[in-house]
Amino acid sequence: MRDVVVLGAGLHRFGRFPDKSLPDLGREAIENALDDSGVPFKDIEVAYVGRVLAGMGAGLSVVSEMGRTGIPVINIEMACGSSTSAFREAYLSVATGVYDTALVVGFEKMQRGLIQIADQKSYQTVMGLAVMPASYALQARRYMADHGATAEMFGQVSVKSHRNGALNPYAQYQTAVTLDDVMNSRSIADPVTLLQCSPTTDGAAAVVICAASKAAQYKSGRLAHVAGWATGSGKYEPTGDSAEGEADTGEIGRLVAMAWERAGLGPEDVDVTQVHDAFAPGEIFSIEGLGLVPVGEGAQAVWDGRTEIDGDIPVNTDGGLLSRGHPIGATGCAMVTEIVRQLTGEAGPRQVKGGDAHVGLIQNAGIGGMNILVLTS
Amino acid sequence: MTAPEIPLPLPVPTPTTQKFWDGTKQHKILLPKTADGQVFFYPRVLAPGTLDEPVEWVEASGKGTVYSFTVDRRGTASAFRAKVPYVIVIVELEEGPRMTSNMVDCAIEDVKIGMPVEAVFEDVSEEITLVKFRPS
Repeated sequence: MRDVVVLGAGLHRFGRFPDKSLPDLGREAIENALDDSGVPFKDIEVAYVGRVLAGMGAGLSVVSEMGRTGIPVINIEMACGSSTSAFREAYLSVATGVYDTALVVGFEKMQRGLIQIADQKSYQTVMGLAVMPASYALQARRYMADHGATAEMFGQVSVKSHRNGALNPYAQYQTAVTLDDVMNSRSIADPVTLLQCSPTTDGAAAVVICAASKAAQYKSGRLAHVAGWATGSGKYEPTGDSAEGEADTGEIGRLVAMAWERAGLGPEDVDVTQVHDAFAPGEIFSIEGLGLVPVGEGAQAVWDGRTEIDGDIPVNTDGGLLSRGHPIGATGCAMVTEIVRQLTGEAGPRQVKGGDAHVGLIQNAGIGGMNILVLTS
Repeated sequence: MTAPEIPLPLPVPTPTTQKFWDGTKQHKILLPKTADGQVFFYPRVLAPGTLDEPVEWVEASGKGTVYSFTVDRRGTASAFRAKVPYVIVIVELEEGPRMTSNMVDCAIEDVKIGMPVEAVFEDVSEEITLVKFRPS
């Protein structure tokens, strides 16, 4: 497999843009990513598109905004993990030598309110149990009983995320909130309150990747390399079934171990992390599953400020899903974008470790699987 | 003027789950069991973890303890929105498997992890009986 670099990344701001179309959102993200990469669109050989709610052919309608160069445009869907799945396919196509340059795009326009999972008449659906925040809430409540955590510790995740989002001009919410604000916001599914739920969002994100051997003609300086990855679709395990109220750290652990093996690195090497905090408890379960803290110590780690930008395990420095926003098809590429900014020292007020960050970890979950990525610089 | 009541969705038994729903109609919880004695829920073609095939159905006592719970105050589908707040509970049955359900006959603030519960059967149509739990 060839060494692959992320040459550029860019976003359209996340938020609510009722007057903008998907091509409007996508075009701006693609232009920003291409500008950042130095790669002209005519040199892009393939495009992989992560999207969920848009109709047929949405990928082509967005990529066509840049011009019709005849390249393959591949639509990929894995719910909230769609654009890291698109990234993985793009990466494999370049690493295996089929293409030298690839564009990855993720975008979404969403309605307000709780999102609906595909209309399956499962046991849980028909009993009113298949409510996404309730699934996190059941795990959170059990976690509190098992590990002595408090509801405020979950709330603190959202306080931290909003503080980071206030430093991110692309975030949906750029206003800090207090712990009181979070705990006193409307209860959705105890102990999860409204401000512990990621919003629905319009937005787009794009990434340009390139064979490292071809990168010099486009860009020089510090570049982010794809060092490790893993993808899976969940596995029946004797323990750790999130559907049964346990934080599903086992599946994250199974996949991150594969990613570390490919990268030749481990959790002790990580400088900055992006995790899937669709709901606040998610950050705590994810950092445990990733091995950044021992199981049962994640809530305390958040409470102690260890996941803050200036903490020893900074997480979701751009505001995460909770504050940056969660346009489901775009989220994965936004995660990659933030890690690239951190690893190239371009994260501005959100920069961790004084710019001396060299290993970034990404965990992006979707219905139907999960993606882990390790980037290095 | 009140909004018309939206009917709650009901399970549609499949070949894999028919026996379970036949059981609830008789106010019994029937659980699939493998040759090695693994009892599990929900009914599926292969047992979780071992991927062994179930070979028989065994009747559960209907007793268990609360493993975790939450109070849904929002509802997802419109039919459930009329019911909020309601308690979603995960019950660990005496036989081992965990079953997601609703808590009934119990004030929301009285639900606690570890509390003993027992199954109650709610005949919601001629064909379908749901399993719910109440304090025991």
